Amino acid sequence: MTMLKPLAFLILIVCTTFVVTECRTIQPNDANLIQQTCKKTPNYALCIQYLNSDPKAPSADVTGLALIMVNVMKNKANIAINKIHQLIGKSPPDQKATLNSCASKYNAIVVADIPSAIEALQKGNPKFAEQGANDAANEANSCENGFSGKSPLTAENNAMHDVSVITSAIVRLLL
Amino acid sequence: MDRTNNSNHDVPFTYVSLPIGPHEDEALVESRGKWKARPVVFCGLLVLVSLVAFNGYKGSNGNITTLTSNEDLKQKTIHSHKWKPVSRGVSAGVSEKSNRLFTKSNNIGGMLFPWNNTMLAWQRTAFHFQPEENWMNDPNGPLYYKGWYHFFYQYNPNGAFWGDIVWGHAVSRDLIHWIHLPLAMVADEWYDQNGVWTGSATILPNGDIIMLYTGATDALVQVQNLAYPADLSDPLLIDWIKYPKNPVLVPPPEIEVYDFRDPTTAWLTSQGKWRISIGSKMNKTGIALVYDTKDFKTFERIEGILRAVPKTGMWECVDFFPVSTKLDIGLDTSARGDDVKYVMKVSLDDDRHDYYALGTYDENGVDFVPDDTNKDVGTGLRYDYGVFYASKTFYDQSKERRVLWSWIGESDSEDADVAKGWASLMGIPRTIVFDKKTGSNLLQWPVEEVERLRMKRCKFHNEKVMPGSVVLLNIGSASQLDIEAEFNIDKKDIEKIKQTNEEYNCETSGGAANRGALGPFGLLVLADEGLSEYTPIYFYVVKGSNGNLKTSFCSDQSRSSLATDVDKSIFGSTVPVLEGEKLSLRILVDHSIVESFAQGGRTCVTSRVYPTTAIYENAQLFLFNNATEATVTASLNVWHMNSAFINDKQVKLKS
Repeated sequence: MTMLKPLAFLILIVCTTFVVTECRTIQPNDANLIQQTCKKTPNYALCIQYLNSDPKAPSADVTGLALIMVNVMKNKANIAINKIHQLIGKSPPDQKATLNSCASKYNAIVVADIPSAIEALQKGNPKFAEQGANDAANEANSCENGFSGKSPLTAENNAMHDVSVITSAIVRLLL
Repeated sequence: MDRTNNSNHDVPFTYVSLPIGPHEDEALVESRGKWKARPVVFCGLLVLVSLVAFNGYKGSNGNITTLTSNEDLKQKTIHSHKWKPVSRGVSAGVSEKSNRLFTKSNNIGGMLFPWNNTMLAWQRTAFHFQPEENWMNDPNGPLYYKGWYHFFYQYNPNGAFWGDIVWGHAVSRDLIHWIHLPLAMVADEWYDQNGVWTGSATILPNGDIIMLYTGATDALVQVQNLAYPADLSDPLLIDWIKYPKNPVLVPPPEIEVYDFRDPTTAWLTSQGKWRISIGSKMNKTGIALVYDTKDFKTFERIEGILRAVPKTGMWECVDFFPVSTKLDIGLDTSARGDDVKYVMKVSLDDDRHDYYALGTYDENGVDFVPDDTNKDVGTGLRYDYGVFYASKTFYDQSKERRVLWSWIGESDSEDADVAKGWASLMGIPRTIVFDKKTGSNLLQWPVEEVERLRMKRCKFHNEKVMPGSVVLLNIGSASQLDIEAEFNIDKKDIEKIKQTNEEYNCETSGGAANRGALGPFGLLVLADEGLSEYTPIYFYVVKGSNGNLKTSFCSDQSRSSLATDVDKSIFGSTVPVLEGEKLSLRILVDHSIVESFAQGGRTCVTSRVYPTTAIYENAQLFLFNNATEATVTASLNVWHMNSAFINDKQVKLKS
């Protein structure tokens, strides 16, 4: 009977040590990876903001971080598409054509750039993800420029552009 | 399954019957109002000479100069027009590695260019290989067998973007007229479930055909697989069998599972084994792994690597082959001998360019050593200074030549690709030979069969082009052309100008608008009459500090289109010009692709061009000379090119 107490105490020590050391290896390392990665993008603060708000980020490698950002790109594109649909009904005629063009551009981001990027990252051929992210930034730019300064989509286009540029920079780290 | 059994493969070569089209008749000339059809040899001499001051947008000070037309107009007037500043986009100050990210201020005047179907439809080529629709990338397993050239390619059956990759297949009698066949391989095994990627063919002495290709497995690992024709008596090689015990190669332990792809054609070692190479990387050093095999089913990893070059990144699509230093023929991949040099070529994942080096190969030491270590694999010469990637050669035993295929991607927006329903082309296949005159580079030249598409020829002889002038060549519509031209700079002009330390770099030069004493001069392709859009292909000569001339050859897309969502880089490089040589160029214009060759193929530049106005009957060809001092004399032959009707012929088998 008296053997059990020191045995239980031993097990407690071993397990606690194990848990503590494991936690120590997980946490700081991956927070570091996020920071290191974001430092190599054009917008550190934005990069940190998006990655930190995804629960998968702390345990992701660089490919994983890139995939998280591609998902953010998808969300931004869909937000823009929704806004465009809202605007089209009640927009003046000179804006309608540009809005339609923008819809086409954001559609290309969603049906082409994003699926291409996801597949490229998952399958280890990252250059096609860089191409997709660059194209998405360009599409957002083109949409914004099409309004000759009176854009109703500036916030959405800027968000799309900025997120895409960050994604592209992260993918570049894989090449 | 209904097999297309070609029972007349013994019959001498004939074209598959072509539909009657507008260009069927060789003598047909596109009539242009008052212009009358003439005998073939001399059709259109110079109709219009216009002297136009050609000052452009220079550097960062933003000067705009008005162009003025001048006297001595013969039949037409080029109106004076303002020279609009064009955003540099990618061409100024952006590193090669940036892969087409346009700067935010890419747009002047704020107009979103509205592409319409007419403009997009024009972009499809007439005589370059492309599938009917969707995305294509790397060339795969090219080979010649039983009278047919076979071509396979990375293909996405589901859209105009990379993904869901399978092997497309097409055949031709002449490398120009292609017949599409059913897909050769799809992603139907665990070992290529996530992608049937790039591979190469080896033809064995007994006639067997071996295809080695990369598969992305269900676990997302890159492996090498073996496949072979189901029926070697079928010259069209429609059906393929995957070796049941695939994969035959998996990534070695020190290599990442996603850095192991694109096996080469095999070559025989002196021990009678077959040897292949596979590109990879260790950290940022690009490397080429080596394997030997007797049966393509079991492989032996050979210690060491064929070559490694730091800071070049992942090596894709490695190609390794011998060239003759004495004869202008190609050599079998296994050829050996005293008059043989070796070429090692890689596609750099990092910057999407294809590089090659000439050197020696030590079979025992498994070493490739470049002749010039300053121009190593991945740091020296490129096959092509424009859009040109994942290229691959094969030995064409029927004509004893080595032929180069390359993937030419798009330079427009994905939006446009989705709208037009397709993306990517193949370049016209090129023969490769060693340049005996320089001894330090290869020569590439479009295969001679492309010349069979030549129809009406327009000849211009010794046309003098004064400094600062643009000359319309009245040849009719100019979207499908084969141009051969020679230029001579007046010797007196060369002698009188001062020597300079100028180092000209096409990419950062600002293009054809920036004038030098002895350049730029050349041709404006895909230009509209009002010169709102044009693509200069030009030479720029610099007289160096020792009196020697240094020549660059460039393709300038900066004013190629009014659209703001296309790439407007300037591509090019220096080109060796030897004593006594005239400056010569060849250009193939085929709608949205322009392939340019200088000095017989010493320097090559492929570009994608997407005009909005200079299309259909509005596309024109000009001579130009924007040098300040040099008078240039030009002689050219310009042929209109027939279509190869590639997408009119499809073979669809009932299953």
